[in-house]
Amino acid sequence: MANVESLRYFLPELLLTALVLAVFLVDLGLKRKKVPIATLMVVGLLVSLYAVLKTPGAEGVTLFLGMVSLDPFSVFFKVIFIVTAVLVTLFSMESDEVEEKNFGEYMGFIAATTLGAVLLASSNHMLMAFLTLELVSVPCYVLAGYISRSRRSSEASLKYVIFGAASSGLMVYGISLLFGVTGSLSFEGIRDALSAGNPGEIIVLISLIFILAGLGYKIAVFPFHMWCPDVYEGAPTPITAFLSVGPKAAGFAVLVRMLHVAFSSSDGAAAYLTDISSVDWPFLVAIISAATMTIGNLLAINQSNIKRLLAYSSIAHAGYLLMGVVALSQLGTQALLFYFVVYLLMNLGAFLVVLNFRSQTRSEQIGDYTGLAWRSPIGAFVAVSMAIFLFSLTGIPPFGGFIGKVYLFASIIQGERFIWLAIVAIANSVISLYYYARIIKVMFLRGIDAEDLGGFVSSPTTITLLTILAVGTAVSGIFWGPIARWVSHSASLFFG
Amino acid sequence: MISLQTYLIIGAILLVLGIYTVVSRRNAVGILMGVELILNSAGLNFVAVSRFVELSIDGQVFTIFIIVLAASEAAVALGIILSYFQTYASVYADRADSLRR
Repeated sequence: MANVESLRYFLPELLLTALVLAVFLVDLGLKRKKVPIATLMVVGLLVSLYAVLKTPGAEGVTLFLGMVSLDPFSVFFKVIFIVTAVLVTLFSMESDEVEEKNFGEYMGFIAATTLGAVLLASSNHMLMAFLTLELVSVPCYVLAGYISRSRRSSEASLKYVIFGAASSGLMVYGISLLFGVTGSLSFEGIRDALSAGNPGEIIVLISLIFILAGLGYKIAVFPFHMWCPDVYEGAPTPITAFLSVGPKAAGFAVLVRMLHVAFSSSDGAAAYLTDISSVDWPFLVAIISAATMTIGNLLAINQSNIKRLLAYSSIAHAGYLLMGVVALSQLGTQALLFYFVVYLLMNLGAFLVVLNFRSQTRSEQIGDYTGLAWRSPIGAFVAVSMAIFLFSLTGIPPFGGFIGKVYLFASIIQGERFIWLAIVAIANSVISLYYYARIIKVMFLRGIDAEDLGGFVSSPTTITLLTILAVGTAVSGIFWGPIARWVSHSASLFFG
Repeated sequence: MISLQTYLIIGAILLVLGIYTVVSRRNAVGILMGVELILNSAGLNFVAVSRFVELSIDGQVFTIFIIVLAASEAAVALGIILSYFQTYASVYADRADSLRR
């Protein structure tokens, strides 16, 4: 579709762009910023969410001469990103790590990252994918270092920018090789070139490895996960929560689209795709998936800082999520999308508890959570919701994480080729129970009779958000039908 | 007449030098220069391919974007290095070990 025609399908992105500019402008004129700017963010994001849901063309159109594609898959991820940004805005109101005088720019960067993520999920061209990947990354580098005069925060930011810049450089080199052998930059063009001739196998392999390095860094998979624990620990807590869901989902969205559109084709059977690149990338991704979940879970065992533990847990979850990519089937993509819905609820919930605990006690150490359930009625409520999030992250019924894992395992077993990966994943779930249960043990079984633990309070906003997230996590494990229908509609486009 | 291979080989050499710089330098600004080398190797590849193989403007447009992006990324990275310098009084990346303790 030509440029001018495309504009009416592009309203949500235009609204987000306007929001970014508005936040930076409003920031200039205000002394007390937190409430007005957060209100502007939430209203702007909800308006663009409404626009996403109301934009026509849900059956799949390509905009701007094939640069951007609008389809149920990208709409799904747009909803995920905008909901995440709304929740992170509310989290930031509850946090005291960012000074009020910096609050406007901070929110502007969150809005810019969301705009980048929305475009990344719908990009259908290597140039667009590269540029929007940078639009997601660059504001995140700044956000990680937002605690002023904090050694840990500026160190997190430095590590993030160095790893990020190097891996995006490798990715663009990989794209240049792929452009050399296929002569095309659009995903469909690459697919046609790969399935028509037999371009240099080694070159395609090298370029795939480089591209996976760039995207693998974004979603924090082995061996590009090293930045993740340091950045998650040093960044402000709302930003840690944001990084673990928003940019990660964006990386997965473009990874799935790139591998499913450019490197696979449908061979008649509607529910499966076949790898056409003469390079066995599903095997490569399966190895990465197994290594990622194992490394993430093993390293999480010994952590004493809860943000660091959740960072390793999010690495392990990236490994589980890659199973949905490896399956290369409609069920696999559905499982991936389903898991993202649940992961958003439970992971943001866990980070909200960490944030609340930090603002009360100035501590991120797991040992300091001792007897949280017995300090006050609100402490008990917070501890119970944390237990729900952690059980769901482990994948214990009846919570949403269990259904998500069942779908992922089912997709791998249905594919028949990588049964061993499902076995590795089940073993990993058992390991993860150990370190998640350790936190629950500290909160409930320790310090029952202790006298001087101190009280624990939460603001009404925190309690409301925790209730919503905990109920969402629990309900998605019991009535998952509506979510399953939504994701199966969103996942269907690559297949048949 | 210089052939496509020459450009690709120079691109590969630039890439290797860039990766070596990123891995071996202690100075954060030096690491950043290694990243610039990697980005430029990709840019060179794009221009060469679009000149010799695929006679379209796509590759050259991509290179322009790489140059713009390298500039903006360097601006952000230098800002971050400056804030790191203010807290650590150093630009050596290996001093950054206050996390994971």
